[in-house]
Amino acid sequence: MENQELFIQGSRVPERGPDGDLMTLNMGPQHPSTHGVLRLELQTDGEEVASIRPHIGYLHRCFEKHCEKLTPPQIVPYTDRMDYLASMNNNLGFAVACERMLGLQVPEKVEYLRVVVAELNRIASHLVAIGTCGLDLGALTPYFFCFRDREMILDFFEEICGARLLYNYIWVGGLSHDFPEGMDDKILRFCDYFEARIDNELNPLLSFNKIFIGRNAGIGVVTPEQAWAFGLSGPSLRGSGVSFDLRRDDPYSIYDRFQWKVCVGEGLVGQLGDSWDRYWVKVLEMKESLSIIRQALAARPKEGDVREAVPSRVKLPVGEIYCRTETPRGELGYYIVSNGGNLPERVKVRAPAFSNLCIIDEISHGALISDVVAILGSLDIVLGEIDR
Amino acid sequence: MTELMQTFWFWAPFSAVVIAIVITVNALFSVYMERKVSAWMQDRLGPMENGPHGILQTLIDAVKLLLKEDIIARGIDRPLFKLAPYIVFGASFAVFAVTPFADGHAAADLNVGIFFALAISAFVVAGIMMAGWSSNNKWSLYGAMRSVAQAVSYEVPISLVVLSVVMVSGSMSMQEICVSQAGGFWNWHGLSLHHNPFLVLGFLIYFIASLAEVNRTPFDLPEAESELVGGYHTEYSGMRFALFFLSEYANMLAVGMLATVLFLGGWQPLHPALGFIPGPLWLFGKAYGFVLLQMWIRMTLPRLRVDQLMHVCWKVLVPAAMGVLVLGGLWELLIG
Repeated sequence: MENQELFIQGSRVPERGPDGDLMTLNMGPQHPSTHGVLRLELQTDGEEVASIRPHIGYLHRCFEKHCEKLTPPQIVPYTDRMDYLASMNNNLGFAVACERMLGLQVPEKVEYLRVVVAELNRIASHLVAIGTCGLDLGALTPYFFCFRDREMILDFFEEICGARLLYNYIWVGGLSHDFPEGMDDKILRFCDYFEARIDNELNPLLSFNKIFIGRNAGIGVVTPEQAWAFGLSGPSLRGSGVSFDLRRDDPYSIYDRFQWKVCVGEGLVGQLGDSWDRYWVKVLEMKESLSIIRQALAARPKEGDVREAVPSRVKLPVGEIYCRTETPRGELGYYIVSNGGNLPERVKVRAPAFSNLCIIDEISHGALISDVVAILGSLDIVLGEIDR
Repeated sequence: MTELMQTFWFWAPFSAVVIAIVITVNALFSVYMERKVSAWMQDRLGPMENGPHGILQTLIDAVKLLLKEDIIARGIDRPLFKLAPYIVFGASFAVFAVTPFADGHAAADLNVGIFFALAISAFVVAGIMMAGWSSNNKWSLYGAMRSVAQAVSYEVPISLVVLSVVMVSGSMSMQEICVSQAGGFWNWHGLSLHHNPFLVLGFLIYFIASLAEVNRTPFDLPEAESELVGGYHTEYSGMRFALFFLSEYANMLAVGMLATVLFLGGWQPLHPALGFIPGPLWLFGKAYGFVLLQMWIRMTLPRLRVDQLMHVCWKVLVPAAMGVLVLGGLWELLIG
């Protein structure tokens, strides 16, 4: 431990501001580390970054406008395409919002299955985040290990609903399909397998790799005050030591029935709220998700029809609702206004990745170009959600 | 006629052709090896489609590169841009000229062989700088600047360590250095704790610094694809890109060969009793051991940041190499 601190201290970025003669550097939209089509306009002095302006909108597909022309069941597949790494969670948020508006009670079995798939999808999404976080820093192997394990989850989803990425699985009032025979056992076996993988493979290879720590510790520090002020949510907020998780603090579905803890960053290797903390929170959250999945599978009712409560026609009552759920990236809010017709009047989405990206300029002053890549990797953005 | 056949100039063209073949085959082999080794380490299969176990994949890729259009974008400094790959390739090519492949077999057994190898490999830096500068691309420029800073810095510990080896062997000829390590692996500089233990430390320093010299992880900053897109060769395509690629793999082997010659006895067999196995096999076997090690490290470690890179060089490796030089010299003077 002492050695690690020495290593970090010895290689600190010099505390010197840029001297005024700046070069504009366009990072993206075709850049390997912008996680999609994001363009960062960097003002650089040598390798040092003075300011960053993110330019977004390359993936804008008029999601919100489309919603005004579609009935709620038709909107569900569109929500898949926002945060395409966590489609189940997007589905869930929208379904919960509509059900609250309708005052619809869904069967117990549906609630449990929803939690299982949402948490599985959270693990799959975090695996991509962790893998690419390492890949951005040049660690090739953890990326492939993460994708290998994610593949297993995608195989489950394929077996459950036929799709591997964009599921349209969680419907308003129910689910599209029941779990096939023997699915529970497969998922439980995966939980055991994967928990060992985190401890024996991911942590030694990447999390506590000296170079990885050296690259991430003390970089892109977000104080708890800054995190609140910029509206960060999800692992990016909890990485700063703020214990806030909508699954616990504004419970939806049946999350209040499970025993689990909200993981926060502690500044284990560097400073509180640095890139490594944001990374580490994701690793810890995967373990908590495994525990939730185990509990849900143990308690779930076996009998029942998952389409039982699906309304034949969804007609949202007059009124409006803001419903927020915790996706892997943070607070996903659906603001739905209805005037009582078949189509919603307006659907507005509060995308977590959008707010998380906003802070990048604030925390990157004086960082090196390599650090910007590390910070962006730890913020874990998905452009499909930012641009919608 | 016999006199003529003994001169260097008579044999030079043949040597050049042989080395060119060695380099090309090495690139084909190393790329395939890297793909397969990395695949096995990452729970993948690697290339499987072309030929048995994808053995023809690299060859097909080479053909593709040869047939591709050679794009030179507008705004590029054409003469420099066109010249750069040849300089880089030429420099890595020339290192092989002084490498002894077997007892009495080297294209040119210069009496300053190791000095020549260091000097000519430093020339790569010039080519990379030309490539980065002439590309008229900011990412290329960043890659080139990093590469130059890195290569120039890491030459210092390498030179210091090589100097200690020269001091112990008493010669700068690479053939002589090999000969001085005769008689089994316990006499190799890199392993001989009883002859001069400081050279064992020197071996370690040389290996770390040589990773930086050939831009391998964790020192692959100049071509860090996740930061700098493609580094100094971002703007290159087709055959010119292939030349950079070729020289990169040639450098990997060259560094492995230098390490073998300096510290692991070059073409000397593991044990005198194994002397019936020809020298080149020993040399290439050991050198590819190093290449494998480089690949293994690449698959294991992330990349350092540029300030950490300089920290490792100037605050760790250079003082250590200096210590090896001084203490190794004292040992040689008093005990050796």
